[in-house]
This record gives sequence, structure tokens and C-alpha cells, in this order.
Amino acid sequence: MSANTLNLTLQIWRQEGPNAAGRFETHEARNIPDDASFLEMLDVVNEGLIQEGKVPIEFPHDCREGICGTCGVMINGRAHGQERGTATCQLHMRKFSDGDTIAIEPWRAAAFPVVKDLVVDRSPLDAVIEAGGFITAPTGTAADANETPIPKEAADSAMDAAACIGCGACVAACPNSAGQLFTSAKLWHLNSLPQGQPERFKRTEAMVETMEQFFGSCTNHGECSEACPKEISLDFIAYMNRDYIKSKRVNRKLAGQR
Amino acid sequence: MVLDSKVPEGPLADKWDNHKFDVKLVNPANKRKFKVLVVGTGLAGASAAATLGELGYEVEAFTFHDSPRRAHSIAAQGGINGAKNYRNDGDSVYRLFYDTIKGGDYRGREANTYRLAQVSVDIIDQMAAQGVPFAREYGGLLANRSFGGAQVSRTFYARGQTGQQLLLGAYQQMMGQVNAGKVKLHTRMEMLDLVTKDGEAVGIVCRNLLTGEITSHSGHAVVLATGGYGNVYYLSTNAMACNVTAAWRAHRKGAHFANPCYTQIHPTCIPAADEFQSKLTLMSESLRNDGRIWVPRDPDERRAAADIPEADRYYYLEEKYPAFGNLVPRDVASRNAKTVVDQGLGVGPLKNGVYLDFAAAIERDGLDKVWERYSNLMEMYERITGEDPRETPMRIYPAIHYTMGGLWVDYNLMTSIPSLYACGEANFSDHGANRLGASALMQGLADGYFVLPYTIGDSLAGKLGTDPVSTDDPVFQQAEQDVRDRTQTFMSINGTRSPDYFHRELGKLVWNYIGMERDKNGLEKAISEIRALREEFWKDLRVLGNADTLNSSLEKAGRVADFFELAELMARDALDREESCGGHFRSESQTEGGEALRNDDDFAHVSAWAWNDENTPQTKHAEELIFENVELTQRSYK
Repeated sequence: MSANTLNLTLQIWRQEGPNAAGRFETHEARNIPDDASFLEMLDVVNEGLIQEGKVPIEFPHDCREGICGTCGVMINGRAHGQERGTATCQLHMRKFSDGDTIAIEPWRAAAFPVVKDLVVDRSPLDAVIEAGGFITAPTGTAADANETPIPKEAADSAMDAAACIGCGACVAACPNSAGQLFTSAKLWHLNSLPQGQPERFKRTEAMVETMEQFFGSCTNHGECSEACPKEISLDFIAYMNRDYIKSKRVNRKLAGQR
Repeated sequence: MVLDSKVPEGPLADKWDNHKFDVKLVNPANKRKFKVLVVGTGLAGASAAATLGELGYEVEAFTFHDSPRRAHSIAAQGGINGAKNYRNDGDSVYRLFYDTIKGGDYRGREANTYRLAQVSVDIIDQMAAQGVPFAREYGGLLANRSFGGAQVSRTFYARGQTGQQLLLGAYQQMMGQVNAGKVKLHTRMEMLDLVTKDGEAVGIVCRNLLTGEITSHSGHAVVLATGGYGNVYYLSTNAMACNVTAAWRAHRKGAHFANPCYTQIHPTCIPAADEFQSKLTLMSESLRNDGRIWVPRDPDERRAAADIPEADRYYYLEEKYPAFGNLVPRDVASRNAKTVVDQGLGVGPLKNGVYLDFAAAIERDGLDKVWERYSNLMEMYERITGEDPRETPMRIYPAIHYTMGGLWVDYNLMTSIPSLYACGEANFSDHGANRLGASALMQGLADGYFVLPYTIGDSLAGKLGTDPVSTDDPVFQQAEQDVRDRTQTFMSINGTRSPDYFHRELGKLVWNYIGMERDKNGLEKAISEIRALREEFWKDLRVLGNADTLNSSLEKAGRVADFFELAELMARDALDREESCGGHFRSESQTEGGEALRNDDDFAHVSAWAWNDENTPQTKHAEELIFENVELTQRSYK
């Protein structure tokens, strides 16, 4: 807890709309308390812009406690900034120094076109979930919750994967804009649980192939996991690849082909 | 006007089963002929949309987020109650019902609350079947904990991310229905008006937040699952975009707004650090299981916490409430924190917090044990404040967290507008004047999964053979025009202040006068000051940019405008309710020991406020609360 303030120079990406040309704008952020969060720093800049009669910067944000996955910008070229395991909203200005210049850009990926300024369209992530990221268990059909014991280690591992907040930092950090970390985290969450077995391979095939329609290919750089605010493990990608190969065989078999 | 709650006859335990038999059913082959609009896709909305889709209805779901998974249900940490009695510690449906009615300070409807406790059991089964990774014991069975001072362990949880995992479960189930073609999902669409025809809800008008396009959507029924209104306080634990607009627009079209003064203040949040603070972060109150709450006895104390000897520390909860100590209910813990801070005993640079100290727990159980229990919360605290709770006590202060008030609904969850339903935090129904911990997730899912899908058939069945009202109908055209005009007004005021400025100033008024403690003078002052600020808003608002692109200022302006009207109604409701109950504490009505003192003779009712017009304040209708099963007692935590 301290009461220091910072003066910063921001290089911020401005873009009026999806089809407009973008550019960097320079803005000064003055007297920012170092207890402020990164997004509160942008709030202050926007208040200043409004006072000057200039259109404020659009940036994605909502819960501001690191769980909704709405926020996310490239800060000095890194998704969510330099702090490990931290979403943009939980990055605080005490991690910067007085006089710093900070470059702020939207997620950079072909699958995520810019909507305006720092806001991008991440709907391909929903398309991947829609393709099979669920367990078909219509309301009312469930048996008693304790009827299927799940070893604690297995449940914990599923939870490790389920912790993904769907922010898209993995895609933005990847040199190929691949969606493997996001997709594999959801697959492992569901595929590792007993409830997820009946649809396991159908789900895997559908989600991977939907992912391929939007995102680049994975070449195991590991930048995704490095940028992930929930530190989702790269291991899940290996599990996904294994299940995907298997799915081709299993799904043919299920369809009665030999 | 008499409010008909439509609570079924019969013994408490049989009401819901009897009612399910009595409500009209829609033949499976006919369900596809009905279109239901679901606004909001958090726990209540997503579970309702998914279930209605599974049943065979045509569903259109609307969210103003870029994805349904962003809804603020996601931020709930602690857990979800379920009367499973897996711990064999004497829990039952009746006990959960009783705890909820009592916790709500006897201002809830018995039948609704009992039904909530009944279906809580099914929710746990349903979510486990969905693949929600609940915490488990080594034997593979589900783990439970005691939460918020409950005497039994009935809370299920998924690390500190229960809300996230439950929301993802409901969201995924809904996406399955999107995939099946039964739910049509509209993202980035904000409902800006409810459309009624002949007094009945027939559709909504939305603004596409990316293009500014205003569109009409028509259905046989409209379901609002749009959350609570805690963001009226500006600094709250709500997400930045949480708002009352959908519910308020419905209120202006005739839906009664019930008990707006019932707001819940959560005792363990991180205090504001500076004037730019944009929101407050809640930490699960499970922290109070092991943390000791204290302030220095001397208002001029300068020493660091660790250097202050025991004799100079004021463990105010332990001293005042020896039996419950640091585990007193939320409202008691919150009010006492305010008392000591108001006395000048607060800690931190702004003297706006109290200490939550783990030193004793660390000494007793060892650092490893304490860290294992609370590591995620302690890491979060350190990230936000830059202080390590293992070395120096946390600083906490109460913040607004949940709103028990909301749209009035009957037992079927239908509002006072026929064919308009409200689910989850958006309605007022199940928590009375105060909500128990781990019950918000439970209610959202109860409404969406197990209540609404049955009860909605009752009103739909009578509409067989009718088409939804065409969006070319003059009622839609008029509503669209109203929305366009309003948008244009915001764009053209051309004043000097941002919507955020007005929101922050409004928040201060609401917090100071309609916060943890209310009195007659303050509330009267609140009404006149809110009105004055509102007038300034309509004269001096500045919204820059265009209305046909993404424009957060414009969105915010509409939400703040509605918060102004809501804030005034909150003050009037609080003024009218001359008693203390649950989250509503009138300083004129307290026991000698300073506890909330109810007045059951005059106020054992729901206050449902009916909209008149712009210039005439709302009219109050009272729904008497009838208690046939529980005896009304005065709470005591001494």
C-alpha cells in the first residue's frame, strides 16, 4: 500500500470500426495512483478525453476481478501484460514505473476482428463450444449426484482445465493465432469426467474441426500457456491431440464402418 | 388493487407437487408453436433458455455481452446450497427452508422459499450430470462445507469459482440447444424496452450494441433474467455493466417493483484505495471462519498492525457477540464495521477498513494449513493491494453485493404484467429481507431449471393457435420510436459531464443515505438530492461519438438514467418501511442492544410499487405475508 503516483505515455490503438484503418494515438496519463488497476488508469484517461471533447477509448472490461474473461489487451506486446497468471483487470499500476511508455493494442488474430479501438469479436470461441462443448443431460434426467463417484484427483484435474475464462489471450499470444489451448481445456474438462464419456469422441472431432475453421495451427510454442491468466497447462493440448486421432477411428466404428 | 400471489392451497410440503399437477400443460407437439424470449443469459436465463429449448419451445435468448459466459453469475465464489444431507448432520428440506425464512427476517413468502429448498436437491444432481467439477472427497463423493454461519454443511463448491463453474454448465447446456436449433442466441443486444399490448407482454425492443440498430422481437412470453440493481451504488461488487434497465423498463410498463430497499451488504470486501476506484472486490466470507476482526482502540494509532499489543486491539465482534463472534450474519458484521469506522477507528491510509487477522489461525494450525484453505483469496488480495496477508492483516470493509428486491412475481414467477416473467436476482421472491450465503446461485438455477419451465405452460396453454403479435404492429413501432428518441436525447444534450461522473455522484448519495443504516431525515434528504442530481444529469450530460457504433458512454447514459429513478424509489420504500429487517436497518427501529427491530404488526408484507407516470410517484400495494409454518422470532446473536 503506497500513495505514489505515476506519469505515463500511452501508445494506444484507435480504430473506428471493423473496416476502418487503425492507427496509434499518443496519450498522456497523469497522476495515476499506483494502487489503481490498469483499467482504472484507462478510466482516468477516458475521463480526460471526455473533458477535452474527444471520443473516449473503447476497451473490453466487465467484472474487473479476473473471472468473466471480458477484458484483455496487448500491453507492450504481451497479452494481459507482463505479470504471470494475471488478467488485464487485475494488473495494477504499481507494476509500472513513473515515466514508462506503454503500448496498448487489441488482441491480434485473424479470428478476432477488431470491433472498435481495443475491442475485438471473439465469437469463434462460442462457435467451438456450440459444436460440442457440453454434456447432453436434459434437465430432470439426472441421477443422484453421488451415484457416480469421481476420484478427487480426476475431479481436480477437470477443474484445472475448467478454470479457463475464455478471454482469448491464448489465441492473441500465439504466433499462429491457434485456438488449441482454449479448445483443449474445455475438451479435457468434459472428456476426463465419467459424465463426459458417451459423447467423448463425437465432441472431440466436432470441436477440433470447428476450431480449425477459425484458428491457425498449433506448433507447440507454448506462448498460450505463458499468457493465460489462469495458467492453463499445455498438457491439455497433448490430451486433445490423442483424443482427436482416436476419435477418427472410434467415430467410424460407432457409425458401423470397419 | 389486491396482489394475488397465487400460492397454492394445501400443506406446505405438498404445495409445489399439487401445483405442478394443477397447472395447464402444453402438449409436446404444440410446444414448438410457442416462442419465448429470454432476456439475460446468466444462471437463471441460460438455465431457463436451455430447459425451455429441451422441452420443445422456440426460444430466443438475448445478452448484451459478447458471450453468455460473461454474465456476472460467474463471479460468485463461495458455493451453492443443497439440502442433500450428505454429511448426515441433520439437514433437510425443511431446515433449509427454515434457515432461509429466518435468515430473511420473516419477510419472504413461505411457499416460494419451501419450493426453493425442495428443488435445491435436484439442482445439485443436474449440475453434477452437466460435468460441473464440484470439490470432492478422496472417496470420490461430493465435498461440502458450512457457509455463512449455517449450522449444517450443505454448501457444494468448486474451488473459489463455484459461480463460474455453474454458469459454464448452464451456458454449455444452452449452447447445446443452440446447436440443436432450439435456442436462437442474440449477443450484444441490449433490451431497452418492453412492449405490451392490451396490458400483456408481447415482446421487446433491443439495441444492437455494435451497430446501433434498434430492432423489435415478438413472442408469446417474455422472461427477464437480468440480475440485480446493486450497481446503483456505483462502488459495488457487481460487474461494471450490471444494471436495472430491463427490469426498470418493464416497471414503467406496469410491472410492480417489490421491496427495492432490501439490499445486501457483504462484510468482507477490499476497501477502496483511491478516488478512481471503479468497483469493489469481494472475498468469500469463508475467510471469517479463521480470521479475527479487529481495529485499534486508539483512533490515533500509528503503529503497524503487528506491533499493536493485544490490549490495544478492539475485537469488537468477539466482545459484543461472544457466542457467534466473527461469524455473526452479514448484516450484523457489516453494520458493526461501519460503526467502528464512523468512530474514527478505521485502518488503512483512508481509514476506511477494519483488520481481518490470520495470525492466530497461523499460530494454531500452521501457515501451510491456512494457506491451503485460503490461498486463492490471499493471492487475490495481494494482487489488488500489494500486501501479503500472511505477514500483515487484511483490510476489509462492507460493500453492496446483492439485491433482494426486484420485480414482483407470483408463485408462477409471473410479474404483474401477464406473460412477463422474472427469474433469479431480477425478481424479489425467495430471500425476504436478507439472503443467506450460497443461496443466490441456488435461486437462479431453481427458477431457470425447475420452476419457470413448468409454470410458464400455464399462461402459454391458453394461447394455442395464436401467433405472436407482429413486429409491424403499432405497439412495436411506437416502442422503437421511443427508444430512438431516447437515444437521440442522450446524444444531443451536449453538456459537460460524463455518465460515469453522474453514476459516481449518485452512488455516493445512495451509499450514504440508503446504505447500511437509514433514517427518516437522511432518506428525505436522499430523495431531494437524487432529484436535483437527476435534473443536472438531463441538462449536463455529455455523450460523445456516434449512436451507430459501439459506444460505451451511450450505453452507460441509459443505464444511469434508470438508476436515478430506481434510487428515488429505493429511498421512498426505505422511508415507508418504518422498521428494521434483514438488510434494511432503520436507526429509529432497533433493540436496546442495537439490533434490527422488526415491526410485524405493520410491516409483515411485501411492498410492491406500481408505476403511475413521470410526474406521479409510484403507488404502493401491500401483499400480506402469511406465516402458517414458522413462528416469527426476534433474531439474537448474543
